[in-house]
Amino acid sequence: MSASDFAIDVRGVTKRFGTRTVVNNIDMQVRPGEIYGFLGPNGSGKTTFLRMLCGLLTPDGGSGQCLGLDFRKDSATIKKRVGYMTQKFSFYEDLSIQENLDFIARLYEIPGRKAAVEKSLERLGMVERRSQLAGSLSGGWKQRLALAACLIHEPQLLLLDEPTAGVDPKARRDFWDELHRLAAGGLTVLITTHYMDEASRCHRLAYIAYGNLLARGTVDEVVKAGGLTTWEVFGENLPALEDKIRGLPGVEQVVAFGTTIHVSGRDAEKLRASIAPFMTNAHHWTKIEAGLEDVFISLMDTAKDNFAQ
Amino acid sequence: MACVHSSFVIRHFFAKGVRMKRYAFNVRRFWAVVIKEFIQMRRDRMTFAMMIGIPLIQLTLFGYAINSNPKHLPTAVYAADNSQFSRTIVWALRNSSYFDITREARSEDEIKTMLAEGKVQFAVTVPVDFSRKLLRGEKPDLLLEADATDPAAVGFAMSAINQLALTVVNRDLTGPLAKLRAGPAPFTITTHQHYNPENISQYNIVPGLMAVILTMTMVMFTGLAITRERESGTMENLLSTPVHPGEVIMGKIVPYIMVGYIQVLLILVAAKFLFSVPIVGSVPLLLVLALLFIVAHLAVGITFSTLAQNQRQAMQMGMFFFLPNILLSGYMFPFRGMPGWAQDIGECLPLTHFLRIVRGILLKGNGLTECAPDLWPIALFLVVMLTIGIKRYRQTLD
Repeated sequence: MSASDFAIDVRGVTKRFGTRTVVNNIDMQVRPGEIYGFLGPNGSGKTTFLRMLCGLLTPDGGSGQCLGLDFRKDSATIKKRVGYMTQKFSFYEDLSIQENLDFIARLYEIPGRKAAVEKSLERLGMVERRSQLAGSLSGGWKQRLALAACLIHEPQLLLLDEPTAGVDPKARRDFWDELHRLAAGGLTVLITTHYMDEASRCHRLAYIAYGNLLARGTVDEVVKAGGLTTWEVFGENLPALEDKIRGLPGVEQVVAFGTTIHVSGRDAEKLRASIAPFMTNAHHWTKIEAGLEDVFISLMDTAKDNFAQ
Repeated sequence: MACVHSSFVIRHFFAKGVRMKRYAFNVRRFWAVVIKEFIQMRRDRMTFAMMIGIPLIQLTLFGYAINSNPKHLPTAVYAADNSQFSRTIVWALRNSSYFDITREARSEDEIKTMLAEGKVQFAVTVPVDFSRKLLRGEKPDLLLEADATDPAAVGFAMSAINQLALTVVNRDLTGPLAKLRAGPAPFTITTHQHYNPENISQYNIVPGLMAVILTMTMVMFTGLAITRERESGTMENLLSTPVHPGEVIMGKIVPYIMVGYIQVLLILVAAKFLFSVPIVGSVPLLLVLALLFIVAHLAVGITFSTLAQNQRQAMQMGMFFFLPNILLSGYMFPFRGMPGWAQDIGECLPLTHFLRIVRGILLKGNGLTECAPDLWPIALFLVVMLTIGIKRYRQTLD
């Protein structure tokens, strides 16, 4: 696959606010029709990165292409081909659903605007609610409206900034089904999220912390690269066990899950040595594959050690 | 006409801009913003209330409540000399429109108390030997005491009584006493007033109100229009679309031009039918010239909103701008009465010039020629404000 075949192909993207580097030398390649998950703790630079891609912020460094256009010079043209959904609902609460869609459609100068708005209302099941004010919609409906508005000009790339924050599981699932349908139709999606179930529905992932890209690839690749060993423990009086093993050499994470706990560490040998005395009849230990969340938390801790100032 | 002309101005600015060369002003996108603003305006009850409410409130306050030539001021009389002359003076005071004799005092102390307590604005004392001294030609003193806490309130009345006492007393000095008629007073007050000989404040204030109300509301409307987008997060969305700064700015200006005209018409109707202000000049001319003034202030609002971080700051800037306007423009105080430096500041404000235009057209019947000297300062102001506004408008969130 040559460089120009990527929907997004940027290198060395950097953004500084004053002396603080918010995005540090990030490379990213996203294939067309791919749902690319962008993960990382709050304030890690995800939003800043998205804003640079769609021309809302001027990068301090980096080069590359977005939809075959120079992402630093052609932001005016890129804007016309990108749909950007902001983290906070950013449509007009005092306009109705239809008026919002119509306004956006006019700004993009969509040919056959009325039909496009109508189609958009139909596809998102908002035909009856068309004259409802956007401000009176529930979180799930606001999110649907925002997605519809982002799609109205049929963009080639969708940038979604935590689109499902505060949305119930059913609405989230519907939203993801829709994303997969769109991606199957060739739309490229770059999405940021904090939900692990959503991360695992992405074709590929990137993990960013403190402005640095720490891991990328498919879910399996990221988990493998995390190099985390995890043990699952069943048994009696787990809280007492937790207290005993927490802080032992090699034990990096102890996480309680209802009737089990997960014990993880990067150094498998050290971890095994530490937990060996507790492998009694009272508890049942099984080695399992590390979870994505465990890997990310481990990555974040490592990053903290490496980049802490 | 207005928007075609303005869009030309905008395009002209962008032609000089560096980043802006790539795409020109797009009328359809501009129109999208206009429609959106109209819908939002219709839904925003506060804006609607401001549109109609501010002119109404100001008309009531300035038109009916505030009077720079107050009359019927409460007055006390202490006639220690109960003579023909003192009775005549009291009678004359009663008949003048400035003084209402509300109290009759029986001692000097009583007069002092009434003044101190603010029960009366004026007190007239006719001294014990007033008529005797008058008849002897000794020029007795007629004491007029005024509560001059508010100098504006007593100024006209003070000059009125000087005239009054002289003419009234002279009338009583007939026959052999005619020789006692006072000669020319040590000071003379000549009042010779054009355009408003009866000193009716409303004639001056109501046309001025038109200019003042536009200054206040136009700056506020656009000042809030862009900061509101920033505050509610919709600016981020707007910036991610292909919309152009000029389209947004013009799209936000045009709907409020209409609001400005609603206010102008409202005040003109009130001036004519409520306050019977004589409308001597051409109303169509006034409406045409008002456009320049309205757009100039909408541009001020746009500039403020690019400087302010939020709506509160934009509001404060509006107030900050409004203050020198109301004080130094000649609306509240006579322009020629101000010191040179204050007049210089006043000359920079569009309100100063528009006040002259409005009063000139309505009261004096001025035409375009007479208005021209006050037109170009407003035009210059508009160009400067639009340039700052467009230069300051950020196309990114940086």
